[in-house]
Amino acid sequence: MGRYLIRRLLQAIPVLLGATLLIYAVVFALPGDPVASMFGEKRMDEDIVNIIREQYHLNDPFIVQYWHYISGVFQGNFGRTFAGVEVSEIIAGKFQVTLNLAFTALVMEAVIGVGLGLYAALRRGRAQDTLVLASTLVLISIPTLVTGFVLQLLLGVKLKQSTGIEIFPVAGVSDGLRSYLLPAFVLAGTSIAYLTRLTRTNLVETLRADYIRTAVAKGMPRRRVIGRHALRNALIPLVTYLGADLGTLMGGAVITETIFNLPGIGQELFRSVYERQQPVVVGIVTLLVLVYILANLIVDLLYAVLDPRIRYE
Amino acid sequence: MTSTPPLPAWGTGGGENEPLLTVEDLHVEFTTRQGVVKAVNGVSYALRAGETLAVLGESGSGKSVTAQAIMGILDTPPARIPKGRVRFRGTDLLRLSEDARSQFRGRRISMIFQDALSALNPVFTVGSQIGEMFQVHQGVSRRDAERRAVELMDRVRIPGARQRLHDYPHQFSGGMRQRIMIAMAIALDPEVLIADEPTTALDVTVQAQIMELLAEVQRESGMGLILITHDLGVVADVADKIVVMYGGRVVENAPVHDVYRSPAHPYTRGLLESVPRIDRKGRELYAIAGMPPNLLDMPPGCAFAPRCPYRQDNCVTDPVPLYRIGATRGSACHYWREVLDGGHG
Repeated sequence: MGRYLIRRLLQAIPVLLGATLLIYAVVFALPGDPVASMFGEKRMDEDIVNIIREQYHLNDPFIVQYWHYISGVFQGNFGRTFAGVEVSEIIAGKFQVTLNLAFTALVMEAVIGVGLGLYAALRRGRAQDTLVLASTLVLISIPTLVTGFVLQLLLGVKLKQSTGIEIFPVAGVSDGLRSYLLPAFVLAGTSIAYLTRLTRTNLVETLRADYIRTAVAKGMPRRRVIGRHALRNALIPLVTYLGADLGTLMGGAVITETIFNLPGIGQELFRSVYERQQPVVVGIVTLLVLVYILANLIVDLLYAVLDPRIRYE
Repeated sequence: MTSTPPLPAWGTGGGENEPLLTVEDLHVEFTTRQGVVKAVNGVSYALRAGETLAVLGESGSGKSVTAQAIMGILDTPPARIPKGRVRFRGTDLLRLSEDARSQFRGRRISMIFQDALSALNPVFTVGSQIGEMFQVHQGVSRRDAERRAVELMDRVRIPGARQRLHDYPHQFSGGMRQRIMIAMAIALDPEVLIADEPTTALDVTVQAQIMELLAEVQRESGMGLILITHDLGVVADVADKIVVMYGGRVVENAPVHDVYRSPAHPYTRGLLESVPRIDRKGRELYAIAGMPPNLLDMPPGCAFAPRCPYRQDNCVTDPVPLYRIGATRGSACHYWREVLDGGHG
């Protein structure tokens, strides 16, 4: 197990290097001049432009620029924005917001998705099951952009107008966990729908297994048959999905954070791409890749805990 | 046309030899997209304490479905039991509520299955799966349940039981897994054990060991054993009585030696003749011609008629009762006398 862990962590290094190189290249290839965009409508001063270009190695070829960046990263220096702010400083504060948002969404996804899937599976073929299947399908087909604005309007604005109490804040993070509820639900929406369907299918399949028949033949009560014998087996693929989805949720935060004006890395990423802040973009994306790698590693380790047939060495 | 009076419901005679378990005129149907599949059509048999009843038949003959109806582990729907009784010591199990029913499962009637690997839960240790019987049914502590699980594993002769308590099913061989199933099934000293093809998935040498173990366990506990199989070779040594099923019906019902000496139904005869025998070496092995019946569309007469060498015109059209052909024998063939005499079509 220990050796497996070390091997997996070592494997993460080339993945991270590859990811940074790729992102660096993509941002490099974007049309437009970052220095020019700093001046906006104003006339550019040739001398200042040259100083800035020199300072940020913008006149060097691509691979040299990348080398400057990555060697800095290994020394703990993630670079500065054109305004001179440390990238690590920008990311640190905003990363916490996005992490809060993504984890709130993940918990919602797990609880609602598994719960609803379980409910539908136990009522397979009946009206409640059909209702769950139909509504999740609808949820999957509506883009986050739409659910975001609609829920913001209905549960945020209209609810407050009709009751006089603000239950779900519509913007910012000043209300602690409460500020995250609505955005997290919007962010998790599609995932909840997928997980519900996945749980249902998995459980229906598992309930047909021979060992479930054995458990019934052993005279086990229904609650134990479902809650222990079936659920424990059905959970295994769900954990994989949830783990992989953490990365998707953090990536998906770009839209949600923009709608609800949450100062997270999603919003920052969006702005940085717009402003060609190469070090910020690469820093954020690298961080996302890292989260993704770690989440997958945890999933793989959990797999061995949940399924005794899997052993790592 | 032969007209012998039909055999009355099997084994309803009273007295000291009262049967432990009787199946009476059981019907089971499954609703499918293609229509209603009549898997079991009026099956009756009886099991006494200490007795081994072999239920013989090919896939789709209804032998497993009957057993699952006895256990109450059929999925309803799609399954439905429109008619029949399953009496256990006089109580009709089919009339009981699900709660009352579950009091019998595992405690008084238990079951083992063909493929022990898929029948055991892959994510729990064998110790916890055996111990669960004591924990759930008798409320004993986890520790005591483990201790008793070890005793049971010793009893079914799993080597190093204590060390293997915390192993998972996939870490055992096929034969050992079936021993674990048996340990689970006999944990609470049930009065009836149903073994559904317990040796089909095993090597021949292991098959013999498992059959021996079952026979031994039965001798010690005096329980009734229903042995479901398609393998005539397995049956001969251990069974007291045989019920032969075909197309969801009982076609022959007799003490085991009578069946081997002189089968009274053409299907049974066909089965016996299709067993390879050393004294018939070099001769072509007999195979029953034709295909098993389509359960979606059963003929009004004998289901075996299309494949039967004794077939007469009335076989296809006239319903066949289970004729009483001796004190403890029945045959569902209009021409059982000809079959018994050994005449061949």
